[in-house]
Amino acid sequence: MAVFKQQTPKKAPNPETKIVSWLRENLFPNATNSALTLLALYVIYLIVPVVANWMLFDATFAPVSNEQCGIKGACWSYIFEKLDLFIYGFYPPEIYWRPQWVLILALSFVWIAKLLKQHKYKTKITITLIIIYPIISFFLLYGGPGLEIVETYKWGGLMLTIIVATVGVIASFPIGVLLALGRQSKMPIIRFLSIIYIEFIRGVPLITILFMASVILPLFFKEGMDMDKLLRALIGITMFQSAYIAEVIRGGLQAIPRGQYEAADAMGLNFIQKIVLIILPQALKISIPNIVGSFIALFKDTTLLLIIGLFDILSMVHLTTSDEKWLGRSTEGYVFVMVVMWIILYSISHYSKVLELRYSTEHKN
Amino acid sequence: MASDLLYILLLLAFSGFCAQADTLSNVKAKNVLNCGVSTGLVGFSSTDSAGKWKGLDVDICRAVAAATLGDANKVRFVPLTAKERFIALQSGEIDILSRNTTWTLSRDTSLGINFVGVNYYDGQGFMVKKSLGVNNVKQLDGATFCLQHGTTTEMSLADYFTSHNMTYNSTLSDTSQQTKVEFETGRCDALTSDRSQLHAIRTTLKQPSSAIILPEIITKEPLGPSVRQGDDKWFNIVKWSLNTMIGAEELGINSNNASTQFKNPKILRMLGRSGRLHKHLGLDKKWAFNIISQVGNYAQSFDRNIGKDTHLKISRGLNALWNDGGILYSPPFR
Repeated sequence: MAVFKQQTPKKAPNPETKIVSWLRENLFPNATNSALTLLALYVIYLIVPVVANWMLFDATFAPVSNEQCGIKGACWSYIFEKLDLFIYGFYPPEIYWRPQWVLILALSFVWIAKLLKQHKYKTKITITLIIIYPIISFFLLYGGPGLEIVETYKWGGLMLTIIVATVGVIASFPIGVLLALGRQSKMPIIRFLSIIYIEFIRGVPLITILFMASVILPLFFKEGMDMDKLLRALIGITMFQSAYIAEVIRGGLQAIPRGQYEAADAMGLNFIQKIVLIILPQALKISIPNIVGSFIALFKDTTLLLIIGLFDILSMVHLTTSDEKWLGRSTEGYVFVMVVMWIILYSISHYSKVLELRYSTEHKN
Repeated sequence: MASDLLYILLLLAFSGFCAQADTLSNVKAKNVLNCGVSTGLVGFSSTDSAGKWKGLDVDICRAVAAATLGDANKVRFVPLTAKERFIALQSGEIDILSRNTTWTLSRDTSLGINFVGVNYYDGQGFMVKKSLGVNNVKQLDGATFCLQHGTTTEMSLADYFTSHNMTYNSTLSDTSQQTKVEFETGRCDALTSDRSQLHAIRTTLKQPSSAIILPEIITKEPLGPSVRQGDDKWFNIVKWSLNTMIGAEELGINSNNASTQFKNPKILRMLGRSGRLHKHLGLDKKWAFNIISQVGNYAQSFDRNIGKDTHLKISRGLNALWNDGGILYSPPFR
């Protein structure tokens, strides 16, 4: 018969030995890994102090001139001095409130849509907001009755980067969905045209399309008649992006089990009902990570606008480095663009993870 | 007979086309001048912190706007890359191209554009470390050069050294920023590029005073504005706007004294206070006065953009007036 005996309590593991054992398990399990760890530490030791000194400890943050900045560390005064240009381009400073409101409206519309979670008219209100928003934004940014007109050549900086990327992804989305469906279609002509379009666009780099839009297209116009350069670039980017979105969504469509189509047919749904109610919602949900991936790629590709003389954030930095009063500060400018891009793109990819979890209907283990 | 008729019809159609291409009326109707500039070149076209365009090339645009529209600020600057520039001019997207473009025979004849003159005489030069004790190019026999890959600089350097029976080594880089780093770290004895660029690179060195720019120039790079072919009236306007800036310097008129009373008949003619020069150009009587009072003369433009009032401190050199040791020369205003 087993008799319960009072055991002496074991000592809690020493936190120090815990760290040591973690280190041993993860960083120094054997000779090769130990060597690699030491090598990595050495590389960090070489890089981090230099970068940190340049970026922080030797850097100048006060609003001083280029000469007062010195050459030991970074001169962030340059960034502060040019910040308005980096964000708004040549947009007139007295009406910066207009692009600011475009952003505020975007955030508040997203917030409203979120609040309406269970509301009876949720879909209708959301769709109205989605249709109204671009119209209001265009009116605010460009102007019109009652608002001073700001022509697109004055748009620039981060504002232009965001506009181009957003318009590109939103406009290309419906086209992409249609192309994806067209590629799966049973009608040979539609299928054939969709395949030609998608494969042609995917076969050329974005830079070629932008170059066509900015350089070749004007030669076909009559002298003096010119189409807005930004509009040309936007059309080029939308054409490009829709081919990629189409392929991403096709991937989603192919992942839907055959049974879903058959079940929809068995319910007596017609083609449009089947696609809109059954297939697309599932296909889009599967495609979220890839759609976001191609949005991130597009966002980075907007920096190619430099080669057609539109001033996105990178081109704006490039332009200000030629200011005679601020010569030799290009490194600071490019580091700034890197940090801004990273913050924006990382937030987007983080948000996509949240979306994925929210719409996930899989069983979790 | 029939072919004659066809020929006349074609000619009529063509003249109709030409009449349509009246740039001055277009500019006046739009009330803004579209001017093609560079996407950022130190001293020639760049923006200040408020986003206002400035530079030697930019001032040409402003001068033409002042002459035609009476306001030097009625310019829409269209930043263009090297590849886009001629097409933008041909397609009518811009009215003037003022983008540090070298005037060469092939460009002048085969692109459907006309160069109106020269607003900056550039040329390939050399920057060397002061410690080398070199003061002219002939002493650089056997030296190593830092230069940008894929530019005409490479070819001109080879041409020059071969024709002078000298030898050299070269270190190639992709951007002008990299050539600067190579030069600073001592991988080469001299850096070669266009002189206006050398001055800009020199100001960004850790110790600008440790390098000197040699006086010689081994190539000719006359930079100037250009317009579309087929509109002689517009061609004249742009040409004489540039000449006004140069001529004003010669006559001693600048933006500060343009309103004062002059006695010199040459000045009175230029400023439109006597004579009818403006009629020949189809412009307002005050066209030249507007250029000088709003943009200034060539010396003012040079000094504030690349000359002594800037960090570049480029000396006038070839770009001084003809009676001052340079080769700038405006035909007379009469």
